[in-house]
Amino acid sequence: MQIVFLLEQVVNGLVLGGYYLLIALGLSLIFSVGGIVNLSHGAFYALGAYVFVQLVGTLGFAGAVVISPLLVALLGILFERFVLRQFYRKDPILSLLVTFGLALVAEQAIRMIWGSAPLPATLPQEIRGSVIFGSFLFSKYRLLMLLVIACILAGIWLLLNRTSFGRVVRAGIQDPDMVAALGIRLQPYMTAVVMLGVGLAALGGAMVAPITTVHPAMGAEILTIAFVVVIIGGLGSFWGVVAAAMLVGVVRGVTVFFLPAASEASMYVLMFLVLLLRPRGLLGESIQKFES
Amino acid sequence: MTNQKQRAPKPSFTRFNRRSALKLGAGAVAASTLGAPGLLRAQSGPIRIGHLTPMTGFLGTLGGWAVEGAQMAAEEINAAGGINGRMIELMSEDSINPENGATKAQRMLEQDGADFILGEISSATSLAISEVAARNQKLFIAVGPRSDVLRGERCSPYMFCTDIPNTVMVNAVGTALQQQGMVAGKKFFTLTADYVFGHDLLAAAKNFFDANDAELIGDELIATDVTDFSPFILKVRQANPDVVCLNLAGNQVTNFVKQYAEFGLPFPMVGFNLNTADAWAAGIGNLSGTWPTVWLHTLDTPESKAFVERFQAKYDKIPENHSWISYVAMQIAAKGMMETGGAETPALIEYFESGAEFDIMKNRRAHFRAEDHQLIQEAYAFTVKETGSYDDVHDMLDLNATVPAEGTPLEAIYPSTEGLSCKL
Repeated sequence: MQIVFLLEQVVNGLVLGGYYLLIALGLSLIFSVGGIVNLSHGAFYALGAYVFVQLVGTLGFAGAVVISPLLVALLGILFERFVLRQFYRKDPILSLLVTFGLALVAEQAIRMIWGSAPLPATLPQEIRGSVIFGSFLFSKYRLLMLLVIACILAGIWLLLNRTSFGRVVRAGIQDPDMVAALGIRLQPYMTAVVMLGVGLAALGGAMVAPITTVHPAMGAEILTIAFVVVIIGGLGSFWGVVAAAMLVGVVRGVTVFFLPAASEASMYVLMFLVLLLRPRGLLGESIQKFES
Repeated sequence: MTNQKQRAPKPSFTRFNRRSALKLGAGAVAASTLGAPGLLRAQSGPIRIGHLTPMTGFLGTLGGWAVEGAQMAAEEINAAGGINGRMIELMSEDSINPENGATKAQRMLEQDGADFILGEISSATSLAISEVAARNQKLFIAVGPRSDVLRGERCSPYMFCTDIPNTVMVNAVGTALQQQGMVAGKKFFTLTADYVFGHDLLAAAKNFFDANDAELIGDELIATDVTDFSPFILKVRQANPDVVCLNLAGNQVTNFVKQYAEFGLPFPMVGFNLNTADAWAAGIGNLSGTWPTVWLHTLDTPESKAFVERFQAKYDKIPENHSWISYVAMQIAAKGMMETGGAETPALIEYFESGAEFDIMKNRRAHFRAEDHQLIQEAYAFTVKETGSYDDVHDMLDLNATVPAEGTPLEAIYPSTEGLSCKL
């Protein structure tokens, strides 16, 4: 019986990892392409949740889950054009400071627009409840989320590895100067990558809004976890981030099983061990432009 | 998360503060040799109140309500002529966490000229502020913390507590549960916030279970920054209890309740701590069961209704229990100052310990108990209405009968003064 309960936590951890992945993947993409550690990434996650709550009354659940990330992705265009673009070639500390400041501004802006009290959001009755396979219990909604995330993951992988868009982005990650020498402007690609990253974060926010507290500081809550995932996975590595997100979810679940009070500490211990044994992260690649 | 992030740069801030404190200290010495404006101000200038309450972190969503209640009280008191002509200056700040709360309390008392400190929701931060207040021999009116230890081992001659303590919350809900036949012979599984408040609430809950023939079959301690409860919900299902019982705090309650509804487990849920804002934030159809409260906006007394109307006129929303308790605490402080003719600490302590009664919009009047400085007042339990029977989150809660029942002394639901671990 015990072992079934443990397995149940492992599988639940994988589901949770899928949701961490949505936030971490965008963070990793923006870093890989632009060399920018986007500390305001959590703000877009929060915005995704707030816009979802704003729209859900008129568009319904499915409509709001789709439209909210799209709107936030459009905001990502402005973010890239007027903020990030100034900092690609500058000292990373500058972009760190600017995005950190932006995160604070965004949190206060949310407070001013929607108030500091959390907004209520609920799941439609049809997708509540759980399904039981053998001895395993799953939340219906989380399975649905996992399905959506798997499709998105497959889509992004295809986009990066099987399209000309992806080839330029990957080349840009390794050697932007060579890409420029070949007569390709990286600028529109950067915009697209930022839109994608920010939109993924917003999708994460929109999807968890019905099952978590929608409050102004929710962005800061998720950002730390997303960073831990990216660092464990290795910056710039697609599969590294995927593996790390799943690992963090599973380690957390297993810790809850054996030592519940340490569940939040577990991922930091994991990060510590990974950094100690493999400073580049699980599958971190060497990126030419950051190596000199 | 927030806590850890904000804790990281602390060493450099402390250094900065010490250095600037030295400079300011030197300045203050220079100023006082030029004249004695400080003394003059103490007699006739404004009365400064340092108001600290969490505005970020897992209790941050409650702090906004507290600020609005306290500000409204200050404005009303000033509009009515202040404290014997002296205006109240309320300085509201984010207390963040115990370390920052203590630092800010110290700055308010030692540099900003605060006459006393009022506020707080976190029991942990209240303990830290209480120590600062005692060192400065200034009053600390602990408005919202509910840990029994604040009225027990860690009580202080300078601290007065206005919210109901954990034991009262357990008694209020317990009484209602007994009437529903949900205690004797039932198996309880508890989830507890992993800090002083939660530990304390669990202890009170255990006492209640032991005294009333209920069995505690499992407890999970949960860090305050946990937002995903799915692994814990799986453990609840594995334990197969009769009742799931929450000793959680702040956002934890909202997150758990939403995710519990998501999983749709069949075990009924109750809880020994809830703030109305956390209930509203859960949204329609997620919360169920019976919970305790110090006040709810549907309370049927003329004074309470008038307060709700004034609050709505000012802020265009229904007040939450932290708005109410902050408003009431300010009014109690104001009454103390008017009766004693100022904000002198010894006079205020003597007045509050005298058993003076305060109208706090409830059926019976409240007073501070001299033995532990607890405001003795009525409490309530409320039950969540059936989903579908209301359209607005503000209508989801049904206030049960007052605890203790009429005719029973108020003290009946409070920890007995015999064997009280508080020594003042």
